[in-house]
Amino acid sequence: MVKLRIGHPEDPDYQERLEEFEARIARGEKIEPGDWMPAEYRRQLIRMISQHAHSEVVGMHPEGAWILRAPSFRRKLILLAKVQDEAGHGQYLYHAAETLGVTREEMLEALLSGRAKYSNIFNYPTLTWADVGIIGWLVDGMAIKNQTMLAQSSYGPYSRAMVRICAEETFHHKQGKEAVLLYAKGSRKQRQMVQDALNRWWWPTLMMAGPHDTDSPHTPLLLRWGIKTKTNDQIRQEFLNEHVPELLDAGLEIPDPHLRYDEKTGNWIHGPIPWDEFWKVIGGEGPMNRHRLETRRRVHEEGRWVREALEAYGRRRLAQAAD
Amino acid sequence: MDSLNALLAEKLRVLADDEVVLAQRLSEWVSYAPILEEDIAIANLAQDELGHAQVYLELKRALDGVDPDREVFFKDPLEFRNAVLVELPRGDWAYTMVRQYLFDLYENLWLQEAQGSAYPPLAEAAARLYKEERFHLKHASTWVERLALGTEESHARTAKALEELWPYARQLFQPLEGEAALVEAGYVPDLEALWPEYEERARGFLQGLGLFLPEKGYVPKSRSEHTEHLWPLVVLMQSVARWDPEAQAW
Repeated sequence: MVKLRIGHPEDPDYQERLEEFEARIARGEKIEPGDWMPAEYRRQLIRMISQHAHSEVVGMHPEGAWILRAPSFRRKLILLAKVQDEAGHGQYLYHAAETLGVTREEMLEALLSGRAKYSNIFNYPTLTWADVGIIGWLVDGMAIKNQTMLAQSSYGPYSRAMVRICAEETFHHKQGKEAVLLYAKGSRKQRQMVQDALNRWWWPTLMMAGPHDTDSPHTPLLLRWGIKTKTNDQIRQEFLNEHVPELLDAGLEIPDPHLRYDEKTGNWIHGPIPWDEFWKVIGGEGPMNRHRLETRRRVHEEGRWVREALEAYGRRRLAQAAD
Repeated sequence: MDSLNALLAEKLRVLADDEVVLAQRLSEWVSYAPILEEDIAIANLAQDELGHAQVYLELKRALDGVDPDREVFFKDPLEFRNAVLVELPRGDWAYTMVRQYLFDLYENLWLQEAQGSAYPPLAEAAARLYKEERFHLKHASTWVERLALGTEESHARTAKALEELWPYARQLFQPLEGEAALVEAGYVPDLEALWPEYEERARGFLQGLGLFLPEKGYVPKSRSEHTEHLWPLVVLMQSVARWDPEAQAW
């Protein structure tokens, strides 16, 4: 168990330690598990890392269903490997969060009770095989933008987990892009399927970067403490600048009539984002919210006897060893 | 293709079908496992089994020129030659692990022998596959042990699974029609000769955990025989590949 060095503002030496802490971050040093840190820094990290871990775990479902239907050996093997990676990411993110003094059971409890969030993007359904490609290319593409930034994070275990995760996400991104490009040049039905998937995932993907900076209450503090190093709008812009030309090159239509290229800044400018929908989905009223959470609860419940058996077996072995 | 090669191609198809169907059943657990670590492990098993199917079908392609994707994603359910053991619904975690144990033990014994095949491509492939399979057997045995010696509930579930699955394991050791010629040529191991060792090893391991092999049960008679569970499995597996007849590539 990590010894927690809790930094509450009412502690007598809080101010002094806070200055030292912020100076370390300014020097680009990493904060490690046993180091002093403000309680709020710890709280924000637990919130972010566990939310991130939950996203990996819940995110296995929309794609996982398509493993059974993947249309060739190669696609099936790739998708199995991808979903396996996601489980692995969940696992080491839970470990990273555990270094802050919270247990996996506590985090899971928060997820299953609905207190903890996971990425909103997984509250949308995967309706066709093309969704798997679009998720790989766009959703993982946006995730990489975010995660590359988090690999610079001031908290050591989070930053290191992200370096590894990014390496694997790059493969996810690549295979998704490859599939979409193939289908965009494929048969009539394949082209329609991939355009339809793009139409449905475009706005949710842009919203994945989070609300506009002006509406993001956590961002200033997260930037100040180096947990994040870029804002939501910066990440969204990077994503657009990379992906818009590639999607257009593939002959796909982007479902935003206001999308334009700004010569002066070299940026692609998107039209109004449907934030009403975003807040609704965040609030639990997305097409798949109920279903995803219920699936997680069911899996947890159905696995209970197995976990109990593991514990009983462990106790038995310990008792035998003691004899 | 001479008759020995035709027999070998048929044998490779049977081997591949077992792996494909088992991989499909294992995949049903990915993202539904009782602990996150097992989502990882089972996805790995499924990839390995699928990879083995690919290996067998590439060997088969060298004989008959059939593309492995055509072989699996466009073949009618009635043409599958997998054993019934692997097509039965996934059941609970105990059922899945007992099935995996029974299949992995068979595969271990078979691959161990097949490394000495007089058909060099098969001998080489068996050597590679055997390395992976040893881990599979270890994984499945460890789980069967934990569940058998865990709680009363986990023991009962494991015993029930074994009761149901054991007779189907027998089918894995039934040679195909004409397989004797392959055995005689030294191409493949003699299944009937492997059975006593299989039975002894399984019985010894399971009895040590307080699990007993049932005396009776239905043993399928040939590889053409299937249950009602195969058709939906195959149809789902092929649903995307067959959805668009005009598609050239997936």
